[in-house]
Amino acid sequence: MEIVVLLKQVPATEAFIEIADDGVSVKTQNLKWVINPYDEFAVEEALRIREAHGGTVTVVSVGAEKTVEAIRTALAMGADKGILIHDTAAQNLDGLGVARVLAAALKGTAFDLIIAGQRAVDDDNFLVGPAVAEFLDIPHLSMVVKQELVDGRIRCQRTVEGGTLVVEAPLPALFTTQRGLNEPRYTSLPGIMKAKRKPLETKTLADIGLAPDALAAGGVRITAFRLPPQRTGGRMIAGDSAQAKAAELVRLLHEEAKVV
Amino acid sequence: MSQAVLAVAEQNDGVFRKVTFEALSEGRRIADRLGVELAAVVLGNGVQAASAELGRYGADRIRVADHPALAEYLNDAYCNVLAAVIAAEKPAVVVFGATTQGRDLAARLSARLNAPLAVDCLAIQVTDGALQVTRPMYGGKLLADVRLEGPLKLVAIRPNAMAITPTEKAGAIEPVAAEPGPTRTVFVEKTLDTGKVELTEADAIVSGGRGMGSSDFSVLENLAGVLGGAVGASRSAVDEGWRPASDQVGQTGKVVSPALYMACGISGAIQHLAGMSSAKVIVAINKDPEAPIFAKADYGIVGDLFELVPLITAEIQKLKA
Repeated sequence: MEIVVLLKQVPATEAFIEIADDGVSVKTQNLKWVINPYDEFAVEEALRIREAHGGTVTVVSVGAEKTVEAIRTALAMGADKGILIHDTAAQNLDGLGVARVLAAALKGTAFDLIIAGQRAVDDDNFLVGPAVAEFLDIPHLSMVVKQELVDGRIRCQRTVEGGTLVVEAPLPALFTTQRGLNEPRYTSLPGIMKAKRKPLETKTLADIGLAPDALAAGGVRITAFRLPPQRTGGRMIAGDSAQAKAAELVRLLHEEAKVV
Repeated sequence: MSQAVLAVAEQNDGVFRKVTFEALSEGRRIADRLGVELAAVVLGNGVQAASAELGRYGADRIRVADHPALAEYLNDAYCNVLAAVIAAEKPAVVVFGATTQGRDLAARLSARLNAPLAVDCLAIQVTDGALQVTRPMYGGKLLADVRLEGPLKLVAIRPNAMAITPTEKAGAIEPVAAEPGPTRTVFVEKTLDTGKVELTEADAIVSGGRGMGSSDFSVLENLAGVLGGAVGASRSAVDEGWRPASDQVGQTGKVVSPALYMACGISGAIQHLAGMSSAKVIVAINKDPEAPIFAKADYGIVGDLFELVPLITAEIQKLKA
């Protein structure tokens, strides 16, 4: 099985996100960077499939030079090789632009299965996985919590509102991950040492056959970041018994907040 | 000149999701700003009769693609049919509900038609032919104003974020000669608990965290039941195996927008606070008066949730009696 994992490096979810002075980006200094959690599930699932069926796991990412750290982490988990597409013309792409670059990077390679995170927890676009599948003209299955490979087909359990669906597709296919798929392994010291010797290529847009102007400005542009409405901190409900506090809360929710 | 704004309906066995009516109502507002018609698009099997009700939410026309191959959602079949409808209608804007299905379909379509897409929109404005939308990013830690440009723009609206506006008129049903085409994905089966209120669509959410101490969430389930809402969980409660992953609220779970969010035994990690930040009213119940959640709540009670929650449930029952 030739398995490809699409990976993005994002700020850690425990990070406090501040708006940069330009108003349309976030302050990146002092941020801790990690593999996007949903992509970590993708790496783990790829390794498990390789353990069961043999083959190789290739991690592909579009991003800044420091994205190498995230790819190295995936290699330390056990992936076989990494590809980083890094190019000044590939900065500030919208979701479709990123998907175009990834699809171009994969066009010439043989793969049976692509695994992607359902979304990156910074942009929250839910776009790149399905868009890459469309550009490569392969089926995709999203929000997968369980998969099974039988006779050149993949059967996936997908989570939807209120339950699950089971859907099947022939390989090559792409699926996106949902929490519950697996528990990603930790990197071990031997894994980290081994990762240093694994192939990690950095490619430009020209290397993957894309002219810089093939990525003309996309149709999605952030014009401003704002903080969500800040709450000033709650009114603490006083009362000389739990019963009195409960009654006062319900009175306020009914009369003041009007939500009950 | 674009022909219309399209609003894509989502139904399961002939029952429309609430977000469909929100998408139609918002589609109507966008269409009015552009001075064009609003057309609803319904895909399914045997859904023509049920589709008539969509006229009551502002659709001038209801395009129904009725075909056995559309009985269950499969993204390739739905994408083929919707792309054909878009080719015929040449809309300036297509509105989806940002559900699992809506996001999935909109993403694939965005790539196929090279059309910009914004998901989880909380507000949409029309400015000189472009759309200006507001959407959360970083799991709700930030709000982004995003501009969508191009002849065709796709938006998926966050459930519970837009007002439903019923109208007095009835839209005309127009069948679509649907051609799902050869599809590679195959539907096998579905398991849906339609009686359960979905977190992302719930008006009230009662969430439990580490303070629950075990998988017994019955006090929260009783309160959610009285409120007609849903039970959520913090990441720690999910990591402990007390609740399924689908119940998790936060940056790596679901970002929710209920009218009322009650956080019980949740200390308030930043990822969780982000996921609930667009709730209208937040109540926190925690034994620890120093819990960070209290700074982000509208109302706080320090105390034992196992004592307080049943009392709150009883008070609400009294009110509703």
